Amino acid sequence: MSKRFDAYPYVWRLPLLIWQGLFFVGPLILMVAMSFWLVRNYRMEPDFVLKNWDRMLGRDYFWNAYWVTLWRATLAGVLASLIAFPASYALAFRVSETTRRWAIFFLIVPFFTSYLVRVYAWQVLLAESGPINAVLGFGGLGPFTMLNSGFGAMVGYMTLVLPLVVILQTFSLAAIDRNLIEAAWNLGASPRETLFQVILPAARIGLILGATFAFILSFGDFVSPFYLGGSKPPTLSILIIDTTKSGQQWPRAAVVAIMMIATLFVAAFAAVGAAYGRRK
Amino acid sequence: MTRSTFTLSRRRLLAGAAGAALTTPMINRAWAADPVQINMLAWYGHAEPDIVAEFEAANNVKFVPKYYAGGDNMLGLIAQSPPGTYDLILSDAEFVQQLNMAGYIEEMDPSLYPFDDFWPEYQNFPGHWTGDQLWSVMVRFGLLGVSYNSNVMTREEAMSYNAFWNPKITGKLGHFDWHLPSLGQVSLLMGNRDPSPFDISEDAWEAVMDKTLSLKPQVGGYFDYGGTFASLKNGEMLAMAGIGDWITGVLQKDGAPVASVIPEEGGIQWTESYSIGKGTTKHEIINKFINYMLSPEGQVKSIKMAAYPGLSPLKSGWKAIQEADPAEAKRSGLIEGDDQSPIKLLSEGRLFFRDIPRQQDLEDWNDFWSEYKTA
Repeated sequence: MSKRFDAYPYVWRLPLLIWQGLFFVGPLILMVAMSFWLVRNYRMEPDFVLKNWDRMLGRDYFWNAYWVTLWRATLAGVLASLIAFPASYALAFRVSETTRRWAIFFLIVPFFTSYLVRVYAWQVLLAESGPINAVLGFGGLGPFTMLNSGFGAMVGYMTLVLPLVVILQTFSLAAIDRNLIEAAWNLGASPRETLFQVILPAARIGLILGATFAFILSFGDFVSPFYLGGSKPPTLSILIIDTTKSGQQWPRAAVVAIMMIATLFVAAFAAVGAAYGRRK
Repeated sequence: MTRSTFTLSRRRLLAGAAGAALTTPMINRAWAADPVQINMLAWYGHAEPDIVAEFEAANNVKFVPKYYAGGDNMLGLIAQSPPGTYDLILSDAEFVQQLNMAGYIEEMDPSLYPFDDFWPEYQNFPGHWTGDQLWSVMVRFGLLGVSYNSNVMTREEAMSYNAFWNPKITGKLGHFDWHLPSLGQVSLLMGNRDPSPFDISEDAWEAVMDKTLSLKPQVGGYFDYGGTFASLKNGEMLAMAGIGDWITGVLQKDGAPVASVIPEEGGIQWTESYSIGKGTTKHEIINKFINYMLSPEGQVKSIKMAAYPGLSPLKSGWKAIQEADPAEAKRSGLIEGDDQSPIKLLSEGRLFFRDIPRQQDLEDWNDFWSEYKTA
């Protein structure tokens, strides 16, 4: 009897495996294979040549775009975490349960509208002749160039990631055992010590995951660097578009995509390691 | 009791069903022939109602467009579809040869089209013919020069591509994000006119690259179709390289203070032409449509196309727009002798057909454009 094959757990695991196989592993393998193909007369032909890799990784413009993307995504992760933290802290510790629930609801509402539409709205707001510069103008400031710049792109990234980061941080902060904080107080810890030695370490997982999501979403985003950053300079996602547009070079675009996925894997594993790893 | 109720309701049901069947549009439509579907591969706007609605109604056809952005994109779409997918292909002229080489289009019969009515300059458009064989018929074109905000720059200042380096627009020069028009314009500024700004030696290409890189501090962004419109309209960009009236003409109608001019160094012409997709079975109606678009009526529609305006290569088209809309004829230079008239520009040697690079690989130009963007 004990040797009888128990299908039950496997049946429940199967959908996940099929899903991952169909929509992640399969396409990924195809993309890796495609990066060795050749394009002749605008048509892809299966082949096994290193030309695409050589060509993309041997170009300065690829590496320029790579470092710009990495830097901007890192900055977005750090900025989103810093901007979100006071709000998350207040939601977790300073407001009633009902207020927090409403706040979470309102943080989800932005996702009801398309991100692209929100970015177009920012185009109007950030324009040199737009309302923000008009208000600043009353105070004798500006006009500032905010569109088609790194600043514009960062505003877009925050639009994309900030609500999510606040939600993740709020949940992890709210889950902290209040007894720990009280104990810290009772043992004479200052507010600063309580924050850095009790609250932040206890909420570590949520804080790191929030920053990681911000990094991942910003790293792959095309909309903000294009429509608010003016492709100046292009990020890797814009480089993918450019590469496919010019001469249907999907294999070269695949090289860029694989480099992006590899980078995200490293970043995600490092983050998960930092979040769940044992503390020294 | 129950039985009679049942009978009654069944009768009602049957009557209702019969009534519904008779009034269903599906049934009614069976008496009229379904419209013939014409699959068109084109730039945005070419199968929109302002262009095709009247022809559709008069001929019981329905255009089903697949829109692309750029010749590469077009070739990619065809390459990925089975033969016969597209009945009618609207292509940029410089890509017709590639369509032909790849075997995507059919030979056309020149006697079916009003070539006598074309301006002589456009009767033998390069790339449309191989010997006596015709592969594509030009339907409209436009000019690319200096597009500028007229509140900031005067027409005189815009009369040279040096306007792009004008300190008044530092950080406010936009690029239409495609290498051919912008690099072609720099090539013209460098004096590459004989035979064309796209047919240049390696040394001249080096010089074009250096000159282009010196433009970088002026650049405020690289834009697609929508971005080009928006940034010129809201004043975010004060001049734009690589475009012309096809963008500013639309904005002018909206009241934006923008204009385009062909500078002294010359302009670049974009050209759109119809080809017949290989494998189609609808030759008769397609030829009828091409002739409709080449007729005075069709040319007026094309000149005023809502998506983006174009010029007419036909003498009767000029006459028709001068009568139908004199202001538009004046605005777009479709009057003999006008200083921005394309025929005059051609005769002065100041207009060059957009082309793919002749002495370098297209890839080299592409690569440089990517480098320039990240520089």
